[in-house]
Amino acid sequence: MKFDTPATTNPIDQLKIVGKPVDRIDGPLKTTGTASYAYERHDVAANPAYGHILGSAIAKGRIASIDTREAIAAPGVLAVVTAQNAGALMKGDFNTAKLLAGPEVQHYHQAVALVVAETFEQARAAAGLIKVDYTRADGAYDLEKAKSSATKPKDMDGDAPDSKVGDFASAFAAAPVQIDATYHTPDVSHAMMEPHASIAAWKGDELSLWTSNQMIDWGRGDVAKTLGIPKDKVHLSSPYIGGGFGGKLFVRSDAILAALGARAAKRPVKVALQRALVANNTTHRPATIQRVRIGASRDGKITAIAHENWSGDLPGGGPDSSVQQTRMLYAAPNRMTATRLAVLDLPESNAMRAPGEATGHMALEVAMDEMAEKLGMDPVQFRILNDSQVVPDDNGKTDRPFSQRQLVECLRQGADTFGWTGRNAKPAQRREGDWLIGMGVASAYRGAPTQKSGARVRLDGSGMVTVETDMTDIGTGSYTIIAQTAAEMMGVPLDKVVVKLGDTAYPVSAGSGGQWGAASSTAGVYAACTKLREAVATKLGFSTADVTFADGKVSSAGRSVALGEAAGPGGLVAEDTMEFGDLSEKYQHSTFGAHFVEVAVDMHTCEVRLRRMLAVCAAGRILNPKSARSQVIGAMTMGAGAALMEELAVDNRFGFFVNHDLAGYEVPVHADIPHQDVVFLDETDPTVSPMKAKGVGELGICGVAAAVANAIYNATGVRVREYPITLDKLISQMPALV
Amino acid sequence: MKPFTYERADSPAAAAAAAARNPGSRFIAGGTNLLDLMKLQIETPPHLVDVTGLKLDRIDKTDDGGLRIGALVRNTDLAADDRVRRDYGVLSRALLAGASGQLRNMATTAGNLLQRTRCPYFYDTNMPCNKRTPGSGCSAIGGYSRQLAVVGSSGSCIATHPSDMAVAMRALDAMVETVRSDGSTRTIPIADFHRLPGETPHIDTNLAPAELITAVTLPKPLGGKHIYKKVRDRASYAFALISVAAVIGKDGKGRVTIGGVAHKPWRVDAADAQLPQGAKATAQALFADAKPTKDNAYKIPLVERTLGVVLAQAGAKS
Amino acid sequence: MASELEITRRGVLAGGAATAAMATTNPARAQMTNQTTPPPTVPVTLDVNGTSHTLNLDTRTSLLDALREHIKLTGTKKGCDQGQCGACTVLVDGKRINSCLTLAVMQQGKRIQTVEGLGTPDSLHPMQAAFVKHDGYQCGYCTPGQICSAVAVIAEIRAGIPSHVTPDLTAKPQLADAEIRERMSGNICRCGAYSNIVEAITEVAGAKA
Repeated sequence: MKFDTPATTNPIDQLKIVGKPVDRIDGPLKTTGTASYAYERHDVAANPAYGHILGSAIAKGRIASIDTREAIAAPGVLAVVTAQNAGALMKGDFNTAKLLAGPEVQHYHQAVALVVAETFEQARAAAGLIKVDYTRADGAYDLEKAKSSATKPKDMDGDAPDSKVGDFASAFAAAPVQIDATYHTPDVSHAMMEPHASIAAWKGDELSLWTSNQMIDWGRGDVAKTLGIPKDKVHLSSPYIGGGFGGKLFVRSDAILAALGARAAKRPVKVALQRALVANNTTHRPATIQRVRIGASRDGKITAIAHENWSGDLPGGGPDSSVQQTRMLYAAPNRMTATRLAVLDLPESNAMRAPGEATGHMALEVAMDEMAEKLGMDPVQFRILNDSQVVPDDNGKTDRPFSQRQLVECLRQGADTFGWTGRNAKPAQRREGDWLIGMGVASAYRGAPTQKSGARVRLDGSGMVTVETDMTDIGTGSYTIIAQTAAEMMGVPLDKVVVKLGDTAYPVSAGSGGQWGAASSTAGVYAACTKLREAVATKLGFSTADVTFADGKVSSAGRSVALGEAAGPGGLVAEDTMEFGDLSEKYQHSTFGAHFVEVAVDMHTCEVRLRRMLAVCAAGRILNPKSARSQVIGAMTMGAGAALMEELAVDNRFGFFVNHDLAGYEVPVHADIPHQDVVFLDETDPTVSPMKAKGVGELGICGVAAAVANAIYNATGVRVREYPITLDKLISQMPALV
Repeated sequence: MKPFTYERADSPAAAAAAAARNPGSRFIAGGTNLLDLMKLQIETPPHLVDVTGLKLDRIDKTDDGGLRIGALVRNTDLAADDRVRRDYGVLSRALLAGASGQLRNMATTAGNLLQRTRCPYFYDTNMPCNKRTPGSGCSAIGGYSRQLAVVGSSGSCIATHPSDMAVAMRALDAMVETVRSDGSTRTIPIADFHRLPGETPHIDTNLAPAELITAVTLPKPLGGKHIYKKVRDRASYAFALISVAAVIGKDGKGRVTIGGVAHKPWRVDAADAQLPQGAKATAQALFADAKPTKDNAYKIPLVERTLGVVLAQAGAKS
Repeated sequence: MASELEITRRGVLAGGAATAAMATTNPARAQMTNQTTPPPTVPVTLDVNGTSHTLNLDTRTSLLDALREHIKLTGTKKGCDQGQCGACTVLVDGKRINSCLTLAVMQQGKRIQTVEGLGTPDSLHPMQAAFVKHDGYQCGYCTPGQICSAVAVIAEIRAGIPSHVTPDLTAKPQLADAEIRERMSGNICRCGAYSNIVEAITEVAGAKA
């Protein structure tokens, strides 16, 4: 099915099941420990051997020699895989660095060997017996130092790295009120709870991988490419994924080394990354240095805005697209953005939840707060005043409309709900006991892309509807919204729908990434269900014009037949792929929101604690308010971590992330997070898909950290432009103790 | 984790003797630190002596009105003991500020004292570390040191001791009771239990090889206000950036011990003497010989500010 | 005060011109002598969810790996294998512990309860049902640990065990949000379902009160 004209009324608009806050259909499995994740698939591969990865001890250089003799001789060891015996390996299209080092080492903890043994304990111990002599080479690890050598990248997530409207330099110079500030965001880790894990088994030349991967078809292609085998000889299964956040978009060393280990040991092999490897062996969100300049008239109209970003990656990698939202959020006749990329020899930078916007808001939305203060304006009003209903900077063009844009409503409703008028505009004025209290706000912007997505729908003789698609559920609620979509389309209750996900045996979907999953994958299911409805009607000889599907029956012209009966004993199957036309070129598809945060800062210890958090989101039709709300509170929690504690500490001498475990790399715990409120504005967007929905899981993180930073400023009068905002950055500037 | 043999001991002396028979062996009880270190091959004992069956899990009154805490009393149970909550609040608070509910249910009194540093370079076997591999160098010096020691450190090591409990015990002048493999016992004042790194940072404590902690005794209740204030980045389940254990009398006199700043709980007699003069004077005495790094120099003003609020809470001059 | 530079000079010199060959300093190598000797094993009987399992285990086997790899109860999760996430939380003799940081051989004769022992998809434990109702999970990986911990937290508060946030050490702790948040902090949820988890626990605690 092709979606190239705005949707009119369709079966989804009945909203009998879609749009309802139903419990997740995978809930009973997940809460009882009976949903099996990659490493747990005792059902698929009998008698697996265990693989353990040895990571490189250096960041850059060469393996001068590697001696595996002791490891091979160790009890239980079946095989040791290194670059010397792995055979030729290509690099996957989505990888920047190779997944098995040797002889070249590209980053710290890059895999240098896999030990395969009868037991986990034996494999782990034997990995310690491998002797590696490295020749260390000089590397670049410090973004600040590498900044001056940064160059303009080929592109920025498919967009031009630079953009220009009007004459920024002149307009900024002429602006009576100016802000020119530079912000630093650190490298951060996805730190999903399930480390990357795979079980691999070969049957002849066919490879099966039970793995933890957000993008099944990308993964299939890159496994095939890396191993040099045909794509159709690779099978991936990933029905449950213990968190990804972008860290499992790509094939990682667990999958490739499990495959190589299984080939070497002639047995199924299971491999999970040990936690200490996750930070340096896999990908991370890169650090950024961002300069934001804003010029405004005294009445608060922005006349000039510029956002420049520097980030680093390994050779061949890409930049962080931090300037993205600055092209979209605020009106201004003169503007520029620029993206520069430095070569760093740290582990591979790549996508993490809302790549670009997550870091970009951390700079832009603090700059907006600084500007509002300089203007003597309320920061909510300042943002509202500079709203734009057309794309302010569409790579130089400025007249394309947003399909929907409720930023102003988000800000207004948020301010009302949060009690924003209770905020004292002057910082460091509100004190409760030992705590200084402050409020902060930030706008939220994230695109609402769609991607081609397919599904197959089966109807059996009992009236059960089974949906199959390689779409994944990484905690996002895909199982449930897909079931809701199929139930609505076929007119059956939710418990008559079975959803099967994450398998190369199923039609290729959009996958989970870029906030496109919900809108795209349900549109694919819509397409397949539309075809199934036609097949049912045709089989029954019903006119497709007046046919209805409701209450488990299909009806037309006074005749009504139970669905199962219509399908017959052989059942019916339909498969289709939703393809999206050029509506996203005619209209800018975006999601908007506003974050409000209240913090308390201990005036003695300078510890920051969150007291209240509110997000107001406008993100198209909300397919399931319960799971969508969870996406947003989860993103708010990750944003709180980015604001207050998360930082992969770089050792600039050795070139690695030092704090590579969950005690050293702190993410928020229960005690850090207060009750969170989320409001979804009423919105349906018929230009996006027949579902009229968009994504929300990435919007939720955009702006959170800035709202926290702004709240800390309001509480203390201390402006910190270097994240995370830890107490050591506040202590020297705190207001005097009274 | 390297292979090891395993045995259960049935008396403290037998446990110590078993350890002595197997050089390099370790006692295991809670396991919360030892097993982690063994998985990473930072600890590689060839033999483990399981001491959980030794019935050292009682808390009894001592003849002089103090408490004798069995080495195997779990952190949860020690923190929740009515006598500890009433008379040694600083200890209860310190325990509750540490780790997580699960870990406190596992970790024992003796094991808590024997925790090894959480310095990230100690934890990464690819990195030079004098504590892990004597003579290899200290990667933390000149490296990522935000959490590390500001005082009492050496050119060989700037690690901190991670325990909260030990900080309170130092403030309380606890005594550590042990048994050795020959069956002899001794009592070590907690002040002498942990060591400063000097040139031998690989030796954390003054225990002899195969010497087993059997109990920790607390002197009779001190009275005064008991406060344990821990400062950290996240609100729970994190090691201290700094912590302050204080027992302060109505007259403003008392004792204070600082956690998170040194290789051992940091208590300085001269600083105790300064307590009635307030936080600034006390902090100056605590850190007279401090050698902070650029990244951890904040700990010194942080201790001073935290001492201020602690003294204020105690009703003393802050 | 000595300057940092001074200390640095006495510490390790790294990077810069360090292009010389460097061997890893893995201590495992030095003492390994008889590495082809099979590792010691021990017979262990574990009582898991009321069922007795007799296994012959490598002494190194953690309780977590015994559950997941030997008994094939995979509801208990391995998130970090070093006591830093809580995904492996189980109840032993009614108390919650991190099963990754204890040896299976040390749990001989103890009563071990895992998430599978609390309820089944068709017959959910009230805490499991509350997690579903309040959407107290997303990816589901930390969820069994959260649920085991939550069950224990209510029991701990009822037993009068204080916490870091208990205002008065000598008084009985209350079933307050702050108490639940503090006590649940040993269970990390990277998806960030905390707000919903606290609501689920509060509902169950209230229903039983």
